[in-house]
Amino acid sequence: MATNKPVDVVIVGFGWTGAIMAIELAQAGLNVLALERGEDATTVPNWAYPKVVDEISQSARNGLLQNLSKSTVTIRHHKDDRALPYRQIGSFKPGTGVGGAGIHWSGVHSRVMPQELRLRSHITERYGARFIPEGMTLQDWGVTYEELEPHFDRFEQVCGTSGKAGNLQGRALEGGNPFEAPRSHEFPLPPLTDPPTSALFAKATRELGYHPYPLPAANASRPYTNPYGCQLGPCNFCGFCSDYGCINYSKASPQTTILPVLYRMPNFALRTQAHVLKVNTDSAGKVATGVTYVDAQGHEVEQPATMVVLAAFHLHNVRLMLSSGIGQPYDPGTGQGKVGRNFCYQLLNSVNLFFDKNVYINQFMGAGGVGQAIEDFYGDNFDHGKLGFIGGGVIWGRQTGNGPVRGIPLPSGSPAWGSGWKAAVKKNFLHTGRIESQLSNMAYRGCYLDLDPTYRDAYGTPLLRMTLNWQDNDLRMSEFFGEKLSQIGKAMGATSQSGRVLKRGDNWDTRAYQSTHINGGTAMGADPKTSVVNKYLQSWDVSNLFVLGANVFAHGIGYNPTGLVGALAYWSAANIRATYLKSPGPLVRG
Amino acid sequence: MSRPARNRWLIAGLGLIAAATVVVSAVVYHVPDPAISPALTHRTPDATRGEYIAVLGDCAFCHTETAGPSYAGGRAFSTPLGTIYSSNITPDRDTGIGAYTLADFVRVMRLGVKPDGTRLYPAMPYTAYAKVADEDLQDLFAYVQSDIAPLPVASRATHIPWPLSIRWPLALWNAAFHDDSRFVTDGSKDSQWNRGAYLVQGLAHCGTCHTPRGIFFEEKDLRGRSNLYLSGSGLDATSPINLRGNSGDGLGRWSTADIATLLKSGRSEHSAVTGTMADAVRHSTQYMTDQDVTSIAIYVKSLSPAPEHGRASFVASDSTMSTIMAGSERSPGGRIYLDSCAACHRLSGSGENSTFPTLAGNPSVLSSDPSSLIGVILEGGRVPSTAAAPSGLAMPGFGWRYSDADIAALATFTRSSWGNNAPPVTAAKVAGIRDQLRSGRPDH
Repeated sequence: MATNKPVDVVIVGFGWTGAIMAIELAQAGLNVLALERGEDATTVPNWAYPKVVDEISQSARNGLLQNLSKSTVTIRHHKDDRALPYRQIGSFKPGTGVGGAGIHWSGVHSRVMPQELRLRSHITERYGARFIPEGMTLQDWGVTYEELEPHFDRFEQVCGTSGKAGNLQGRALEGGNPFEAPRSHEFPLPPLTDPPTSALFAKATRELGYHPYPLPAANASRPYTNPYGCQLGPCNFCGFCSDYGCINYSKASPQTTILPVLYRMPNFALRTQAHVLKVNTDSAGKVATGVTYVDAQGHEVEQPATMVVLAAFHLHNVRLMLSSGIGQPYDPGTGQGKVGRNFCYQLLNSVNLFFDKNVYINQFMGAGGVGQAIEDFYGDNFDHGKLGFIGGGVIWGRQTGNGPVRGIPLPSGSPAWGSGWKAAVKKNFLHTGRIESQLSNMAYRGCYLDLDPTYRDAYGTPLLRMTLNWQDNDLRMSEFFGEKLSQIGKAMGATSQSGRVLKRGDNWDTRAYQSTHINGGTAMGADPKTSVVNKYLQSWDVSNLFVLGANVFAHGIGYNPTGLVGALAYWSAANIRATYLKSPGPLVRG
Repeated sequence: MSRPARNRWLIAGLGLIAAATVVVSAVVYHVPDPAISPALTHRTPDATRGEYIAVLGDCAFCHTETAGPSYAGGRAFSTPLGTIYSSNITPDRDTGIGAYTLADFVRVMRLGVKPDGTRLYPAMPYTAYAKVADEDLQDLFAYVQSDIAPLPVASRATHIPWPLSIRWPLALWNAAFHDDSRFVTDGSKDSQWNRGAYLVQGLAHCGTCHTPRGIFFEEKDLRGRSNLYLSGSGLDATSPINLRGNSGDGLGRWSTADIATLLKSGRSEHSAVTGTMADAVRHSTQYMTDQDVTSIAIYVKSLSPAPEHGRASFVASDSTMSTIMAGSERSPGGRIYLDSCAACHRLSGSGENSTFPTLAGNPSVLSSDPSSLIGVILEGGRVPSTAAAPSGLAMPGFGWRYSDADIAALATFTRSSWGNNAPPVTAAKVAGIRDQLRSGRPDH
């Protein structure tokens, strides 16, 4: 096996977290190498107008996503079921290539609610420990909102996020989210202009006594230059965000916000088509010595490094921990072990609203992050005592754009094909909106990740096995939100509604798109017995290994995860620079 | 005619030819003296300063092949005569300039004559470098000899067909057109203006692209004596803009700061650079000191307008925007604009400040010769990534999507909207640029 020249830092995966860690550590003077399994890509030529706004290549054939024929996961609902491979993209969409999910994301850019980071303590304090049902493995995250705030702020400044503060340093501001935790600065850009869905949603929810606010969007509302000097152009509402690379330099991505500066630095290097197989450790398993990867020609290569950062997508980070044998794997039978524990997702309810022919929604336009939202039922913003479930979520009226290949929703009872279908499309296309609730997903003893005993990928590595299903607590919460959606839809003036609301008895359907917001499996925390990384995202077991990404979440939050994922990466990087580099070793004593 | 008379004519004729041959030979075989100040022998050269001189002269770009080793030459230049390649200027003794003396170096820089008497094609801008001071050349030479690694890379043969490949007529070209005089300070102007003039006329060799050329490919003005100097040109398939004070196709509406910003970052609120000028910014102007770019800007800004005859004008107008918003913009070019251009350049044609270039009042759009505009529409363009503005923002090409007639209509629309008033573009002109760009590509 060939062995490369050692580097100070090797970063596995080159999406948002890889790019953030790379620039922060390169600016600290370290010699940084990023390994990316996919290809390099940039706005022109990869997402050049008009070729990229092709619903068949991008939405139907998943142009930006992981090639499941090379590597995938297996899935089952329960530990007694047989897991089968995820052979077609459905419920969630793992990205690949330089920029990762930062290319095909929509741009919704939220933070986290302070109470979520100490959810077990919060629920216990307010409702008593017995309120937490049997089998729900809630735990605090070991980090506080106050510690993360400067890093949320930093990531928003980098992304040029459009929004309106509701709580500026403790001062309530009109027009923002009244449930917002204190923020140190206003958003870097004002909110995007409301398209019709959002305007109707805001009016209706306000009349219902709720508190609508413009959803924070990493889709630039104005031209913008970020703190690195990178430029964004204003969004033109073309309606091709999720599944697509942005044609217009408007959606924040590693390519638009970080890479132009990083690529100018002589102490940074990128190697694409480098699929990492494992993190190598010394004989005692206490020090990472680098990684082994397979290059474009199929040769195994060893890359020695003083420090290793896992910055791949959730699935690959967790699998690398398991296949590298770092940290004790979780055992659902005994509840012991931690790698694979607290694997969570999100619940998404989506309701299509059909309006009268005089109400123009114009779904041919939109933007991934544009919308109005309410958080009256987020987290613990409402009394759960009588409701008897834990969790909540955000309800929004977004307008993301739609087209024929992505699917044109029609009222229930419309013909599914032929001239009747065409007539229904013609009648409804310009008059259809959508509202959704995106909900938290608690952690459960029986929901976890491990290595599949049967299936292996093209490199011979066992596939990651998901064991996950919806649980009663979460489905009761979902039903509660179903009623809210129906109420808001009516108040918006919809003449009919159709859609999907998860109810008790429903199982996770992996075929239908839900959200890509899978999380957990290498949870962060204060207790090395139940968490894989400490509050600085440093491995408890191997102190020169840092693990980034949504896999460090201790449970599934209701927000879109990118804002928190980016802030945690900046937080980790800041602590590495301020403390770890001066004195390498555990940043927290276990 | 009687025999003696015929003989006399024959003798006289032969005599004339012989005399002419002597004169021509004297010109052709003369290895000229580079005229270095004797005081220079007492001066210690400063290689560090020389490195900055190399930046000012943008030596690296022309003398480095794409992705090749620095200063080892090999970059191809297509000229009206054929393709020529830059030479290896590393201090390798056999293939580079390691055996040069300072006098040899100055001779080639100012006169385009190598130590063996071989004449260079004036693609090497010795016509501009002749203006450069002795001290600057001495420091540059010190830098090249001491700080660049010698690389044995043989220079590539030119692709110029016989008889154009015969080089001795270049001596006659030099005798006719080359002005081997140093820069002369203008006592009526301040030192910053003079520094700017010195750089523009000399090391930065702006006129090489921006000054119009005569039928013998000679620049019509090499030192700013007339208002043709830097008044825009046509080169390869591009049209370097008029840098003089015209308010339409020139820099009349730009401030000194706008010009300096463009040179440092590759973009300003009036325009953005792509192509050859992007290379100049990428390799040279972004690294110039703030004082030097400001000096250049002050000098350029002092240039009077070029003759207005036949040039475009610009007076901002919202009539195009009104027509579009009323839904009555139905011209073929206007429709293409709305389909493919307005998302970034906006309905107003004003783009977004320094991100998406404005088309309204943009000199590259208004240039008398629309070649650059057509080229960017056909093949797109990329703004250079610079320390001041790292985003290499790019526009995709649309040549694959639209016919010559469509692109002519689109170019005509942009040249006649929002207050732009430049002549229409023909499909034949687009076809010509398309051919030139295609034949200029390495895979051709």
